[in-house]
Amino acid sequence: MYRTALRNVLAHKGRLLMTALAVMLGTAFVAGTMVFSDTFGKAMSNSYSKSFSDVSVQVTDPAAGSEARAREKSERGPAALTDATVQQIAALPGTAAARGVVGGFTGVADKKGNLIGEAWNARGANFAPGPDGKDSRYPMAEGRGPRAAKEIALDRGTADKAGYKVGDTVRVASNGPAVDATLTGIFGTDDPQVVSGGTLTLFDRATAQQLLLTPGQYSSIVVTAKPGTGETALADAVRPAVPADGDRFRIETGQELKDEQAKMVANGTSSMKTMLLVFAFISLFVGIFIIANTFTMLIAQRTKELALLRAVGASRKQVTRSVLVEALVIGAVSSVAGLVAGIGIGAGMQALIGAIGTGMPSGPLVVAPLTIVVALLVGVLVTVLSALLPAVRAARIAPVAAMSSGDQPSTQKSLVIRNAIGSVLAGGGLALVAYGASTGNDSGRTPVGLGAALALIGVFVLLPLLSRPVIALVGPVLGKLFGTPGKLARQNAVRNPRRTAATAAALTIGLTLVSAMTVLGASVGGAVDRAVTSAMKADFNVAMANGMALSPQVPAEIAKTSGVAASSALTAVYWELGDRTRSITGIDAKSADQLLSLTYTSGSGAGLGKGEILVDSDLARSKALVPGSTLAVTYPDDTRGSYKVSGVFEKNEMLSPVVLDNAEIAKHDQDPYITDVLVKGAGGESASLKQSLKDATGANPAIEVKTKQDVRDQFSQIITFALNMMYGLLAMSVIIAILGVVNTLAMSVFERKREIGMLRAIGLDRTGIKRMVRLESVVISVFGALVGVLLGCFVAWAVNGTMKSSIAGLTTVVPYDKMALFLALAGLVGLVAAFWPARRASRLDILDSIKTD
Amino acid sequence: MTTTTATAVRTGQAAARATGLNKVYGEGETRVVALDNVSVVFPQGEYTAIMGPSGSGKSTLMHCMAGLDTVSSGSSMIGDTELVGLKDKQLTQLRRDHIGFIFQAFNLLPTLTALENITLPMDIAGRKADKQWLDRVVETVGLSGRLSHRPSQLSGGQQQRVACARALASKPDIIFADEPTGNLDSRSGAEILSFLRNSVRELGQTVVMVTHDPVAAAYADRVVFLADGRIVDELLSPTADSVLDRMRRFDAKGRTS
Repeated sequence: MYRTALRNVLAHKGRLLMTALAVMLGTAFVAGTMVFSDTFGKAMSNSYSKSFSDVSVQVTDPAAGSEARAREKSERGPAALTDATVQQIAALPGTAAARGVVGGFTGVADKKGNLIGEAWNARGANFAPGPDGKDSRYPMAEGRGPRAAKEIALDRGTADKAGYKVGDTVRVASNGPAVDATLTGIFGTDDPQVVSGGTLTLFDRATAQQLLLTPGQYSSIVVTAKPGTGETALADAVRPAVPADGDRFRIETGQELKDEQAKMVANGTSSMKTMLLVFAFISLFVGIFIIANTFTMLIAQRTKELALLRAVGASRKQVTRSVLVEALVIGAVSSVAGLVAGIGIGAGMQALIGAIGTGMPSGPLVVAPLTIVVALLVGVLVTVLSALLPAVRAARIAPVAAMSSGDQPSTQKSLVIRNAIGSVLAGGGLALVAYGASTGNDSGRTPVGLGAALALIGVFVLLPLLSRPVIALVGPVLGKLFGTPGKLARQNAVRNPRRTAATAAALTIGLTLVSAMTVLGASVGGAVDRAVTSAMKADFNVAMANGMALSPQVPAEIAKTSGVAASSALTAVYWELGDRTRSITGIDAKSADQLLSLTYTSGSGAGLGKGEILVDSDLARSKALVPGSTLAVTYPDDTRGSYKVSGVFEKNEMLSPVVLDNAEIAKHDQDPYITDVLVKGAGGESASLKQSLKDATGANPAIEVKTKQDVRDQFSQIITFALNMMYGLLAMSVIIAILGVVNTLAMSVFERKREIGMLRAIGLDRTGIKRMVRLESVVISVFGALVGVLLGCFVAWAVNGTMKSSIAGLTTVVPYDKMALFLALAGLVGLVAAFWPARRASRLDILDSIKTD
Repeated sequence: MTTTTATAVRTGQAAARATGLNKVYGEGETRVVALDNVSVVFPQGEYTAIMGPSGSGKSTLMHCMAGLDTVSSGSSMIGDTELVGLKDKQLTQLRRDHIGFIFQAFNLLPTLTALENITLPMDIAGRKADKQWLDRVVETVGLSGRLSHRPSQLSGGQQQRVACARALASKPDIIFADEPTGNLDSRSGAEILSFLRNSVRELGQTVVMVTHDPVAAAYADRVVFLADGRIVDELLSPTADSVLDRMRRFDAKGRTS
């Protein structure tokens, strides 16, 4: 029997090609993902392990500088890491050296004034020379380190990117106006941030402190232990020297930092790996349909042969096993090919990333044993499991079938049971989804998730039933446009509903995901867009490109700019309000009316200037607040007070649930976190005002001056980027679906050889035959895509229902143009998939085909 | 008796005519001559049967004359159109508009109804069927009540009648039937054969039928005998007995020579 199985594989090489390709692509995706993420993770951890080589203990102040988050900043006490702290630690018996580090965002402009590199990856630090004038951490390759204000040193990569030489004037900026400084030196470093393409600017200590922190303050202290002193012991010794402010200052040993770093890298790569693997498994799942379909078709074609085996004495078990062995052989061969291809993909990705120069660390290719095991196992299992049902069906062929002279298995098992199961699943799923969506909040997520899964499975089970009416809809059009070939194509497409369904399902899966993402993207994008821009009456929004805090100089400078009718900083503080810490947005009460357009559900904003608060509708509902009620507050300095509610406004994304006058905030926090500056122009929005605002920010390349449209564009860009990535990852499953269409068509052409021969004999020309096959392909593809698009819209609608509470004003937006595009593309996919089968069909020899055997 | 007998000028115009037709397969040692200088005329309004033992070339002759196969040399005409040298597209059109086919295995499209199968050649050509003619054809083959049935709902005899109606529906110049009764029981076979004869007598059609069954051949006006790729004899107004008799003589001749 095994020999028969092997012979069968060899005899049907051509017909199994697409199946093998589908398995191969799926496993290649899995293996490629694993190889790439292992390689990437290894390179990252290698690179980062260097960064803490001379660190025994590090003391960090997370609230220092522009990189601190708003919450850390508002919760900080007055304590800081100062020269005194550094000296105290340096004087400890176990300390070999203690180094005060100043760090913070520092952007460097190229010669055209644009930011070099990414804003999140641009940093500044202090050059800390020893007595010899050198800093071992940053060895100067050219020139010397910065010694005074208006002197800087740059890392080699950044200097090369912009073409800066020692002696050039370079514009640098943190979160305030930019500074023109002289480049005194260029250094090399193995700092992983720089190695990975970041920018590092060195200042002398005083300048760094002034620019990035406050004079005399450090963001961290790096302590090196004397030989013989353990890291933990040193950390214990350092602790008393660090100012006490709750647990604000973090004291960590080098080992802890390394472990933490390794964990971060591992988490980062593993979440990337998980995401990629999800898409790889979607591809494999799509492959299942194709494999099952292929074996079903092969067995149908071999009915006589298998019946003969049964007639001469093979048992049912043996027939099943022979089919499974066939699947095993294909699975094994394809998985090995897939594994090899996957390793190739991993290497290719690495080379690609290296070539693009994103500055990702590089390292040797890692092919873990796990990768090999998983890829092979997954490939073989998927193939064999997919062939299981067809194999069992093969065993049910009666021996007497060997004697019958039927051309094709015309008897089709009734779909009644299948339809009943499908209807129950789909109906139950839809009901669950509808229920979940109606909850309007997080609690609906479980029913929606479960219901969507059930509905999807139900619809897949029902696809054969759906194929007839749906395809019948396009029937008249096909007949009108393409005559007889069109009519025949339509009928061929619904001829074997199971086969059509299995072929279309592969596309349906991909299209469901693609359109769900698209609708979600459009809906969320639209809601965020409306929420942000509807509340913004101002003409301009000024903010840091990397989302960090602005220097207080920025709002001050903008207020002085001519052409500005009104402006205000938007600040963010976290105070204890009522029962817990809440985020508060600060705005200048006097200009609030000109900058914000809030919809009040009750009360008004009139009290804002009198030290009263505004709350959003959600908070008002949950805390039963109405205009006139009061809310207790605990300030950062632990004094207490209370605020009266002036008005309740409709929730929007730009503001926190609580809004307060900046003047009121300043009473308790002299240096609050500034997120944005809103500007209303005297003459509305104008290009000249935009330029004036840019000038007011001191031409800082990292500060963006955005109009409402710019804000919208930025949001849509983020969503477009995310969508494009999803499309890219789903492309693989669509490719596999295309293989499925090719496969089904090729098999159908083979099975309908006689009919094609007859059609040719009675006068259908080659073009007509080609058109017939192509149209069948297009019909099946568009059918699969249509069901997918509808399902996708439905799923997106359901998910939106569960997010209503978290995103204000979320409504389902269906981008009809994109949906139409997807359907058109599916039609194109059908055309492409039919290319080879149609060609083959049109070249069939007439006499050969109609020959009765 | 020579091969020239079959080419003797007959009354009526030729619906199809072959002159000096040769068909050779393979090269060198494997060279097989399927047709050896065959000349034959099928006059309009006549029912001709082509007979001969297996491998005599009767099917090949039909395929070559129907534009389904190419010839090695010679000429083959349908009406006034020379088939040799025609491109695939032109041949396809010629088959569509001027030739009807009936196959042994019925060869109906399972997805189409009986009526749709019958009008298929016209549908392909994008022509409307001649309603009157179509009704007459359908009535003659006795399918009136079953036009909306699909082939799987019809018996073998009924399916072959659909195939006959399809061949007739477009009023072709000539109908080629390849063992039309090969897959049928004798009663259904007889129905088909009388139907073919009626279509010649009453509808004025021209039918050429390949068969190896003397009973079937007896329905024809004329029987042309082929052996080893050559036309060896012909018989007018045949009966089953006379055909069988001729066949036996060939067999005997073949064994003694």
